Order: sequence, then C-alpha cells, then structure tokens
Amino acid sequence: MRHVISALVMNEPGVLAHVAGMFSARGFNIDSLVVGRTEDPALSRMTIIVNADERILEQVRKQLTKIVTVVRVRDYKDLPFVERDLALIKVATPPGKRTEVLELVNIFRGRVVDVGPSTLMVEISGEEEKIDAFVEQLRPYGIKELARTGVIAMPRGNSTISLSDDDTGSRREGLARPQRSSGLDKREPTQAELEATPPG
Amino acid sequence: MTTLNTPPTGARANTPAGHSPKPETFTAVRTDQVADLQVIDKKVDANGLPILGATPGLSSRYVGMSGSQILMKMLAEHGVTDAFGYPGGAILPTFDALYDANINFVLVRHEQGAGHMADGYARATGKPGVVIVTSGPGATNTVTPLATAYMDSIPIIVFSGQVRTYLIGNDAFQEADVTGIVRPVTKRAYLVKSVKDLPRIINEAFIVATTGRPGPVLVDLPVDVTTNKIEEPVDDTPYLPGYKPRVLGHSKMTRAAADAINASRRPVLYVGGGAVLANAWKEVRELADKANLPCTTTLLGLGAFDERNPRSLHMLGMHGSAYANYAVQESDLLIAVGARFDDRVTGNLKFFAPKAKIIHIDIDPSSISKNVKVDVPVVGDARLCLQDIIQHVQHVERKEWFAQIDAWKKKFPFIYRDDTANIKPQAIIEAINKATEGKAIFATGVGQHQMWAAQFIRWSQPRSMISSGGLGTMGYGVPAAIGAQVGRPGELVIDIDGDASFIMFPQELATAAEYNIPVKIAIINNNFQGMVKQWQELFYKGRLSYTKMTNPDFAKLAEGFGVKGLRCERKEDLHRIVDEMIAHPGPCVVDFLCEKDEHVYPMVASGKALHEMELGVVGQGAQEPTLHPNAARELGTLA
Ligand SMILES: Cc1cc2nc3c(=O)[nH]c(=O)nc-3n(C[C@H](O)[C@H](O)[C@H](O)COP(=O)(O)OP(=O)(O)OC[C@H]3O[C@@H](n4cnc5c(N)ncnc54)[C@H](O)[C@@H]3O)c2cc1C
Ligand SMILES: Cc1ncc(C[n+]2csc(CCOP(=O)(O)OP(=O)(O)O)c2C)c(N)n1
Ligand SMILES: [Mg+2]
Repeated sequence: MRHVISALVMNEPGVLAHVAGMFSARGFNIDSLVVGRTEDPALSRMTIIVNADERILEQVRKQLTKIVTVVRVRDYKDLPFVERDLALIKVATPPGKRTEVLELVNIFRGRVVDVGPSTLMVEISGEEEKIDAFVEQLRPYGIKELARTGVIAMPRGNSTISLSDDDTGSRREGLARPQRSSGLDKREPTQAELEATPPG
Repeated sequence: MTTLNTPPTGARANTPAGHSPKPETFTAVRTDQVADLQVIDKKVDANGLPILGATPGLSSRYVGMSGSQILMKMLAEHGVTDAFGYPGGAILPTFDALYDANINFVLVRHEQGAGHMADGYARATGKPGVVIVTSGPGATNTVTPLATAYMDSIPIIVFSGQVRTYLIGNDAFQEADVTGIVRPVTKRAYLVKSVKDLPRIINEAFIVATTGRPGPVLVDLPVDVTTNKIEEPVDDTPYLPGYKPRVLGHSKMTRAAADAINASRRPVLYVGGGAVLANAWKEVRELADKANLPCTTTLLGLGAFDERNPRSLHMLGMHGSAYANYAVQESDLLIAVGARFDDRVTGNLKFFAPKAKIIHIDIDPSSISKNVKVDVPVVGDARLCLQDIIQHVQHVERKEWFAQIDAWKKKFPFIYRDDTANIKPQAIIEAINKATEGKAIFATGVGQHQMWAAQFIRWSQPRSMISSGGLGTMGYGVPAAIGAQVGRPGELVIDIDGDASFIMFPQELATAAEYNIPVKIAIINNNFQGMVKQWQELFYKGRLSYTKMTNPDFAKLAEGFGVKGLRCERKEDLHRIVDEMIAHPGPCVVDFLCEKDEHVYPMVASGKALHEMELGVVGQGAQEPTLHPNAARELGTLA
C-alpha cells in the first residue's frame, strides 16, 4: 500500500542524512523523499512516500518521531489531502510533429517553458499518476531529458501539519528560538591561536 | 598515594599539583551492603513532561568566558563530578580549562576505555557519564562505546575536539566527520559552529541524554569554539521542538492494565533494563507483592527484582531459567516493564507466549508492537506508570499457577555437575556469590562467563549488573567496572570477565593502578572464546576455527601494570583465593583457570521457541543428588 508521510524537521545539516540513514538501516524502502522550506525558516518539510503494510507504516512513523530533530510526523492515511509532483520534460519534436506535441501539452494542462530548434521543454504538475501518463504519451516522440521533483502534499480544509498545530503546544510557550548562527565561522586563526594546538 | 583503610569520602578533592592530579578518593574498604540507591525525581511540568531548562531570554552570565570555560562551568551546573578522557591537539583548550576545574578527571589509556567507563559509571549511579577526547582518532575510538550505550539506552555524553571551523571539510589534520560517523549510534550528535550556540547545546545535550529513553549524545567542539569568547548575551534555553517524551501513562491504559492483571490466572511480570533506567525497582516489587505476580527479568533487568523473593523466576530468554521460559510460554498475561522483546528473550517470535495477552509499559512508543503485537500499550515512565497501576490491582491467590511454577523450579534449577578435575567455571562464580552474598556491583565481559554470572549470582541489588547486552561488546568489563567504581567509590566492584574479553582491553589496568581504583577482576579462564566454541561444537561439527586462545600469564601481566595478580588452579584453593581477592585493598586480577569443555544451559537454539530449550544437565535436576549447595538453599526458600 502506498502511503504519504509528512515530516516537519529542524532545518539544520545532518537531518536529511539522519532520516535517510534510518530508512536504510531499518530496511524500509522509500519511493520518494522531498525536502523543502516551509512557512517557518527554522523548519523544513519532508514528504516521504513509502510502500508498506500497516505494521511497517506504524514503525516508520514511530522511528521518524523518535529522531530528536524530527519535530512532527503525520501520515495522510485518514486525511483528505492534495498531492503534487512537478516535472520538466525536454521532448524531441521531429519535423511536422510539433503541433501534435503541443496538443498533448494542452490536454494535460502543461506549459511550454522553452523552445529549441528541435525540442520543447514542458513543465507539468499534478498527481504522480497524471505525470506518469503524460510521460508515456510523450515517449514515442523521444524524451531527451526528464526531471521530477517528487511528491509534496498538504491536507485539505482547516487541518495543518505545522508546529502551531502541536498538541503539546503549552509546553512550548515562551520557548525562544535560538538565533541561528550563520554557518561555519570562516575566520582565519591568528599565529598565537595556531601555536596553542599542537599537531596531534 | 592513596591511604588504605580510610573511610570513603564523598568529596573528591582535585589536587592539581602535578600534571596528572591523583585524587585521594579510592579507598579499598569493603562494604557489606550496597548503599540504598537514591531515586532522584526529575523535574516535570503539569503534563509530566521534563522541564526544559531556564526561562528563555538573553543571559549575560557567559559574557567574557571562552568556550572551554563555559563547558567547565556548565558541567558543574549539571552536577558532573567525574569525567573520563584523553587529551590531544584539538581538545587542548578544554584540557587547559580542566586543569582548574573541580572535576575528578580520570585519564584513561584508550578513548574506548573512557567511553565504557562513562557507561559503567552511568549504569551504577544513574547519572550521565561524561567523556572528553580529541578530534579524529580520539573521537572515532569512542564509536564502540557510543554504540554499546545506544543499544542499552545508557546516558553518556562525549565531548570531542574538532578542527577549527574554517578547516572543516578540508581534510585537515586529524579531521573526521565525527557527527556523520556517530549519528546512527547516538540519540543526538551536535557539531557546535559558534561559541554563541555552546550554552544552549550543552543544556540540550544533558536533557536529551537523560530524559525519555536515555541514550548517548556527542558534542563536537571545534578548536575555535572552545577558545573564542562570548562577547554579548546569549540565550541558553534548550530548543527541542520535536522532543516530547511522554512520562505519564494514559490513565485509560493504566486502568486497562490493572484490570487485565486482576483478571489474569497465569500472569508473568517481565522486567527489563527500562525499569532500572526509571529507578522503578521499588514499584516493581510493590506490584509483584500486591498483585501476587511471578517476576522474571532480562539480562539488563537483573537486580530490579530481588531474586531471593520467592516470586522470582530469575532471568528468562536464550540462557534464562527453564522455569521462567516455561512460565512465559504458559502465561495468559505477560506484563512487560521497560523491556523490548529482544530476540535473545523471545526465541522464535511465532511461538512466543502464544496464550498470553500482552501489556507493555515503555517510554519509547517505537518499542511497542515492534516485535510482538501488544494488547495494552502503556506509553510512559515505568515508575510513574507502575505507581498508577499499583493503585488498582488486587491480591489474587493463583494457587495452581504458583504450584506449577514451584514444580518447575524444583525440577529445573540452574545446576552444573562438579565432575572434572578442573574447576568448573560456574563454581567460581558461585564462590564469588557466596563470598559477597551477591552484594557487590558486578561488571562482565561477553560470553559464557557473562551468562553464568547472570545465572549464578543471586541478584538482589538494583544497578549492580553492568553488562553489555544489546551490542555484546567484548572488552567492556574492565573499563565498565572502573567506571562503576569511580561512581561508587566505597563499594565492592567485581568484573567477572572472560579470558578473551579481558585481553581485548587490558590496558586500563594502568588506569586502575594509577588512581588505585580497587576493582577486582576475576578472569574465568577457559583459554577459549568459550561461547563461540560452544556454538562450533553444537552447530559446526566441533570444528574449532580460531577460537582457542593462547593467553599470557594474566597474574604476571597484572603485576606488570602494578596491579595485584593472583592465580587459582585447584579446587581446594578456590574459596581462599576468592576471599583474598575481595580482601585486597587495591585493584586485583585473578586468573581462575577452569574447565574448557563446559556449555551454558539451558539454551534456546536459534529458531526455536522458548519452551523448546535444550536443558543439558539442568533437566536432570530432580534426579541428581549433586545439586549444588546454592540451588539447594534456594529450593529451601521456595518450599
Ligand atoms: C551472549 C549474550 C547472550 C544473551 N542472552 C540473553 C538471555 O538469555 N536473556 C536476556 O534477557 N538477555 C540476553 N542477552 C541480552 C539481550 O541481547 C538484550 O540486551 C536484553 O535482553 C535486552 O534487555 P531489555 O529487554 O531489558 O531491554 P533494554 O535494552 O534494557 O531496553 C530498555 C527498554 O526500556 C525502555 N525504557 C527506557 N527508559 C524507560 C523508562 N524510564 N520507563 C519505561 N521504559 C523505559 C526502552 O525504551 C527500551 O524499550 C544476551 C546478550 C549477550 C551478549
Ligand atoms: C568485540 C567483539 N568481538 C567478537 C565478539 C563475538 N563473541 C561473542 S562471545 C565471544 C567469546 C568470548 O570469549 P571469552 O571472553 O573468553 O568468554 P567465554 O565465552 O570463554 O566465557 C566472542 C568472540 C563480540 N561479542 N565482541
Ligand atoms: Mg574464555
């Protein structure tokens, strides 16, 4: 069974590696994993697609929650939601075929974003299956390059999967956000500083 | 040097007189009673969640301090009195601050030793163990201790040096991506990028390591982070938005658990390391007594329930007692408390406790229904959940059930046959048990001796079993015993070790000698990797491929380190030498030469169900007149 999981994670290096490492260490298969920014600069959202039965899904959810830098996990099992995948497709347009291709683009509500002498670049978004179908339609013309973002998702209506929605919000009241230190401090050390640490 | 026979002092004065200050702390006085361990209540808020640090806001308390000064100040504030480690280039600023700090620092001989010492210290005291090491090889040497602590949920915090921030990623000298390496074996790994983040991260490290399901944390400290000063006020409030360990069990669930216990005719209480981590031994006992439940423990739960209590079933699992395993298989209700249904415990999962409804009390939701489907999940701290459940249970007679259990206990006690000229390994452990009445802190290596220690020591004291269960790390015994002794200086600490386990990590004897840490190391020497040999004999046609050990003279080796070395070869010397070992005021190694052709029984072979265990000599208990005195004594208490 295909499941869509949304995980809100702390926006810091190593979190993606940790989550990806957990999946491989425990033998869970990921179909797709997308990370991106959210409304909150301190947090990123991961949208993960797994093919698993209920028992595995339950473990995936719990193991994700257990990671300290993972803030919130929700699967879309019982939640109506919208999912989107976006693709850029560079398709060959052999002489005389360009209009056919453009017609397909229109039917699928795609958009031409670049035109080359014998190629078109098309942007299309929608559910995974729609894009799969579109790709199949274009294949006979010759796909030169294909890039997909992977799935992102969001619940319909009023429900949200974000920090404020957290059931233990009370505890977090008054919890300051640390000022993010801006990456690594790349100041060169002074001679005195260098002498303070021997090689080894 | 240390004066012998002075009473143990609580305060550990640091004497920075020389380059390696020797605290005059470790007295070798033997105490007859393991101190009643204090249970320190963690501060919790109205929801039972741990209170996370001070009130938020900018604080000027760190202004003008360097990173390493801040570290020392905050270690003291977090109650750290002892630490273990080894210096090197990238951690030098921190060692310089350590020189003035009021911390009893133990200089080890290998960073892995520091890690296991901190682990033994944490298991024996309930306080987090602290390690300070350098970058690169110093840090990578702590990977095995981190993995060991991670598997057994032990709170240790490793502070490792790192190259300067501007060099990170440049393959600088002694650079390693340490946070990347340790991430899968730590609860959290931090790379501190600026001294401004350090106070907050140190607070977070202590909270993460010690609350919820405890575990190891690593904090990587680039040189410039420890040398730079904080120039303006910073916020040291922990920021852990995703971290919300559930402490109080859901009242509906604790009620359901109590109802199931009251209704059960054949219950078994199955207690694990989580009950020790939760300091829940009093509650475990109260529940067993009040509701009238037989109680078995895992290897890591040993000591959480007094085995002299007639309700005790001793250890269960692969090498557990036959009566514990039979009881689990026949039970109609299994009450798991801080135990994680490890494969060494369950045997073949398909046939595990087939008739039982399962209650599982665990602070980590991911432990619940991971291996075994749970009927009544209770997520929360074992101590608090049990307190709740105890209120609602009643005494139920269960005459038939206890009669059945007692019959199994009579028929299948832990026994061995004393039928060789050589000393039997079990006899050595029995002699130690007799001499100490089980009232000592025991560490172990990994192998047969570890299992015999589990079987033949009569565990009665919480936090007295210091053993690597989940990772099974050979070489753990010596440093873990030293760590335990540092944490509990006035008490008797004995490492029951294997010859192969011991020789994997003997160099910390130098540490024991230097600080006069009076650990006793009893090597159960069969000149073999006995546990592996057993499997080769049982499953590999006796082809003993690379399991024979050609060992040094352990007593001489010890003497070379400045540690007392003894040797015992004859049965008639056994008790005398055990007494001599215990009476020796300083550290002591005893080479107990023993029979090599001995197998650990009972044994549940791989793929078998718990009740299908091989009994070996154990199955002949009822007929055998050669019941060893200990078993006979125990049977006496059962009647
Ligand atoms: C050679 C060898 C043979 C072995 N044979 C056996 C054997 O025969 N029998 C045996 O039992 N073991 C045996 N072991 C050990 C075994 O591998 C496991 O380490 C052990 O069984 C795990 O113990 P545990 O279930 O108590 O879990 P632990 O690893 O101690 O886990 C603790 C559990 O408690 C939870 N917890 C933590 N804190 C709290 C809290 N505050 N409140 C509630 N829950 C909490 C954790 O989430 C976790 O689920 C053997 C090991 C070796 C090396
Ligand atoms: C670091 C490490 N390497 C290998 C093993 C595999 N192993 C488990 S028990 C054992 C033999 C232990 O021998 P010894 O310490 O002499 O104990 P005995 O079984 O003889 O009592 C080995 C090699 C391990 N657990 N740890
Ligand atoms: Mg051996």
